[in-house]
Amino acid sequence: MTAAHARVDPLPLAGAELVPLREAWGHELVALAADFPDLLVLDGDLANSTRADIFAAAVPDRFFELGIAEQNLIGVAAGLATVGFVPWISTFVPFLASRANDQIRVVVAQPHLNVKMCGGYSGILTGKTGKTHQSVDDLAIFRAMPGVVTIAPADAVELRSAMRAMMAHDGPVYLRLTRDPSPVIFSPHHRFTIGRGVLLREGDDVGIVSTGVQTVRALEAAEQLAEDGVRAAVLHLPTLKPLDVDAIVRLAERTGAIVTAEDHSVIGGLGGAVAETLAEHRPTRMRRVGWQDTFGESAPNDALLEKYGLTPRHVAEAALAVMRDRG
Amino acid sequence: MTVAADPRTGSRPSLDDLRRLSIETRRLIFRSIHHAGAGHVGGPLSVADLLVNLYFDRMRVDPADPEAADRDRFILSKGHSSIALYTVLALRGYLPVEELRTFDGAESRLQGHPDMHALPGLEMSTGSLGQGLSPGVGMALGARLRGLPFRTWVILGDGEIQEGQVWEAAFTGARLGLANLTAIVDYNRLPQFGWPDAAGYTRSVPVDDPGGKFRAFGWNVVECDGHDHAAIREAFDAAVAHTAGPTCVVAHTVKGKGVSFSEGDYLWHAKVPSADELARAEAELDAQLAALGGAR
Repeated sequence: MTAAHARVDPLPLAGAELVPLREAWGHELVALAADFPDLLVLDGDLANSTRADIFAAAVPDRFFELGIAEQNLIGVAAGLATVGFVPWISTFVPFLASRANDQIRVVVAQPHLNVKMCGGYSGILTGKTGKTHQSVDDLAIFRAMPGVVTIAPADAVELRSAMRAMMAHDGPVYLRLTRDPSPVIFSPHHRFTIGRGVLLREGDDVGIVSTGVQTVRALEAAEQLAEDGVRAAVLHLPTLKPLDVDAIVRLAERTGAIVTAEDHSVIGGLGGAVAETLAEHRPTRMRRVGWQDTFGESAPNDALLEKYGLTPRHVAEAALAVMRDRG
Repeated sequence: MTVAADPRTGSRPSLDDLRRLSIETRRLIFRSIHHAGAGHVGGPLSVADLLVNLYFDRMRVDPADPEAADRDRFILSKGHSSIALYTVLALRGYLPVEELRTFDGAESRLQGHPDMHALPGLEMSTGSLGQGLSPGVGMALGARLRGLPFRTWVILGDGEIQEGQVWEAAFTGARLGLANLTAIVDYNRLPQFGWPDAAGYTRSVPVDDPGGKFRAFGWNVVECDGHDHAAIREAFDAAVAHTAGPTCVVAHTVKGKGVSFSEGDYLWHAKVPSADELARAEAELDAQLAALGGAR
């Protein structure tokens, strides 16, 4: 991917507005419906959780409740796509990425149909639902599936821009959403581009590469490091595929020490993608912050982030460790 | 092919025309599988008459305009019978009959399982069993939303209806009241392998009474002899006439139908005919054609 990454100053984290991605998603679908008459929303009986209910209330004739049958949900979406509609799927990540995996492979990805697969409640923070509802491997699954653009926005602003980009893109897209309120870090002028990374913070000592809402924790880690005199760059990658290879390589050239941070397994997701990229283009010392090859459990958010090593402190400690590795 | 039904004039092929096309379809299936050295025979022969009937007598399709918005849609959910579909598409004019010799070959548009973008006339990629009815529901719903008059036809194998997704789709099709959707079950009662029993293995019917099951899911159900063009035509007429919801046509078929040594023999599910077997099959099919008062 040749996309040149953008340099953007994030809004201050202190006092940031908190907006759940799922709510922003529901409202933006309504806005998109006004501009795109072929947009439909297909739900797997989770609309009041994914917040597709916002769309259902506003645009009822383009909302279809297909019940708890995700394999069929994907097939119906594929059929509608052949008639020129643009179906947006509303369900939770595991029921999309895992339950309907073969359907996505055969009738969406292989024929490259224009279906927008939106997974709510991604990662470990799923409202105390536990391991069946948490998603440790969705980025790995979609990134490995040929032709599927894989997007994990950091906040509500970037999400809205990404949804516009998804409509402009003719082909299958996976969109990773989160449940709980998270800080708005981008100004309203921020523009998401498929395949383009965003450098949120300059720094020469160590490079933190992050994706999704974990980017917020990466920024907090960089602030903590700054207090100790360590200048950490933060490169946010809202698109896991296509990957902004140039941005990753440039950051590695500049810092010689890379930490990845994601709310996902370190296997196959962002950590895997960055490791593959650097191994090919510029071998660099790395540490990967994320789930360490394990399933989750139900617990309060703070307890989960702490136990599974996803807090800003964990990212900062990994940054110091990789700097020591580098020497 | 001028023999195909013409919705503008209301002309339809004679039953003997359809029978001759079925025989030619079987001949080409045998030849193609022999030539490719791979593929399936039993399932394609069991579904051949249904496909001939759909493409020559029933569906509003035009090979000269394969993307027409109001064309009828067809999905072969049992994608491993692809050679039967390719053969009927060739006879109907979507591709040269000679191209059937490329089946399963490198760069061929005729992939082992149908690829919807490889060949005009293929409406959905299939091959992983049990997945075809759901896109059919989507197409039928799409027709309703677009206000288009097309119908969607889906052929399911009786083996693949063991897949749970089929019943998710059946439930949804009925709940949406999709009268423009017809599922056809190729009820040949012969799976690839089967179940162990006291005598060894029994290759008995994978799903008993599929009609009763579709009826329980809210579908109109019609049963017919899937090798009798008059009966198939009547069943499809009944499907079109039913306007309260989707119809399932349970077509009673014989795996390997039309050639004595492949009929009802599970070993012909995916067996490649030898040169000798091909010659014997062609001789039998020639005799059937002669009996109809036609000659090659």
